[in-house]
Amino acid sequence: MAGRGKIRAATRRQFLFDAARSAGSVTLVGTGLALHTGQAKALPPEVIRPPGARAEPEFLGACLRCGMCVRDCPYHILDLAKLGQNTAVGTPYFVARGGPCEMCVDIPCVKACPSGALDPTLTDINRARMGLAVLADHETCLNFLGLRCEVCYRACPLSDKAITLEQQQNPRSSLHAMFIPTVHSDQCTGCGKCEHACVLETTAIRVLPRRLAKGELGGHYRLGWEEQKKAGKPLIEGVMDLPDRMPETTK
Amino acid sequence: MKQGIGSEAIRVKGWFAAHQWLLARRATQFAVLALFLAGPWLGYWIVKGNLNYSLTLGVLPLADPYVLAQSLVAGHTPERNALVGAAVILIAYFLVGGRTYCAWVCPVNVVTDAAHWLRARLGVPGSARISRSTRYWILAMTLALALITGSISWELVNPVSMLHRGIIFGIGAGWIIIVAVFLLDLFVAGRAWCGRLCPVGAFYSAVGRFSPLRIVAVRREQCNDCADCYAVCPEPLVVKPALKGAADGIGPVILSPHCTNCGRCIDVCSRDVFAFGARFSNRGNPLAGAAEQAAAVNVS
Repeated sequence: MAGRGKIRAATRRQFLFDAARSAGSVTLVGTGLALHTGQAKALPPEVIRPPGARAEPEFLGACLRCGMCVRDCPYHILDLAKLGQNTAVGTPYFVARGGPCEMCVDIPCVKACPSGALDPTLTDINRARMGLAVLADHETCLNFLGLRCEVCYRACPLSDKAITLEQQQNPRSSLHAMFIPTVHSDQCTGCGKCEHACVLETTAIRVLPRRLAKGELGGHYRLGWEEQKKAGKPLIEGVMDLPDRMPETTK
Repeated sequence: MKQGIGSEAIRVKGWFAAHQWLLARRATQFAVLALFLAGPWLGYWIVKGNLNYSLTLGVLPLADPYVLAQSLVAGHTPERNALVGAAVILIAYFLVGGRTYCAWVCPVNVVTDAAHWLRARLGVPGSARISRSTRYWILAMTLALALITGSISWELVNPVSMLHRGIIFGIGAGWIIIVAVFLLDLFVAGRAWCGRLCPVGAFYSAVGRFSPLRIVAVRREQCNDCADCYAVCPEPLVVKPALKGAADGIGPVILSPHCTNCGRCIDVCSRDVFAFGARFSNRGNPLAGAAEQAAAVNVS
């Protein structure tokens, strides 16, 4: 009886050691993988997700890496990331400079997604927010140099809404106008047509993730002129209009 | 010196009969791959997608329930097609045996079988001791990581989807992981990946825990102790209880969920001891010996 008890104790001991060994080595591997997962969440800025893609951390929990969106993209702009590309392996993406989203009205990529990683409630492609175009370089943009390029403006599927041309005086000549391509974040889908079309060797306008492209006012900011419009009257009653006084010598 | 493994079976049954299940298995593995490749290579879109999720003929969704489980744990509620697809797969592999996936569909099986073949051929000595239950620890780890990171972490390195997706969509540097698996099985430990580490196999073994389709040592009294079945079996521990358990009242059905239903034991047996059958073949007591078999397999 005592002998059997000893064997049982030895077996239990062995079992515990085996379990500890497995748990230890697997935890080590898991830690490495967890760190790698953290890195994979940082998407390179030129990598754009298909329309309707959920925000990056959520997307990586939802995407099944099946490539159905890639298959159903009629323009073959989507691809699945491969190991060594700094994007989570097997997830769909496109690079605007290589080929922009053509903004199909029926959004076949979203329809193909079985998991909802591409949000099926996106039914109007103009409401897609893949990123935000930013005229990043004012020094090389031809319109900023006073020339009439505006290819980005013409390539934009929402021209005059997502990109407008804002007229300014050209200070170099003081005679001519500059037409500054200006992106409006409430309209831009981030399709990348402008970036793809930019005639420069390296594009001056590029689609960036919204979190990198967009500023945000402090929550306490009130724009006086808008508050006044809302109120329909001056915000402070009876503001004194002081007389403009000029220096004596100019009289 | 002992004759080559299976040579007796070849002599008795003929080469073809002694390889029929192996050939059927390779044919199935390549047929599955061919169905996926017919679209991108030839333009015949029978199956779209990859093993993680696919759509057959535009109507039948199939999804890997293990990937979906990780997605659920990560906090995402999938859309209907993914859920239906996972349910279809769960039911199908419950019926034919969970790890039938490993032997008949998984593309990594070809890699690890090749490593095993070369390992025997080169006579690679020694083997690192890796517990066969490590795969369950890894399975638990992958689910825990999904929970903690909110991301399907395992898919960043999973050799199974890496290889299958890689063949269909382009593999990039993913071949490094496949080579690593090959070298692991070749030099570090025999049958290390599929038999000890792979959480996909661990998941499917759980799916097939009570599968009706089993390999049965129907004529175990004819066994002449040549041990060829042990030599070819990717999970050799599953064989003994069913084959040698008559005296202990253990039924002839291989009940271990680790059995991959590959059928190699049927091929190499010159005495026709093994055959595909149903788990209910343990007449009277369908689960006779299940506990002993499970215990035997969890020992490393």
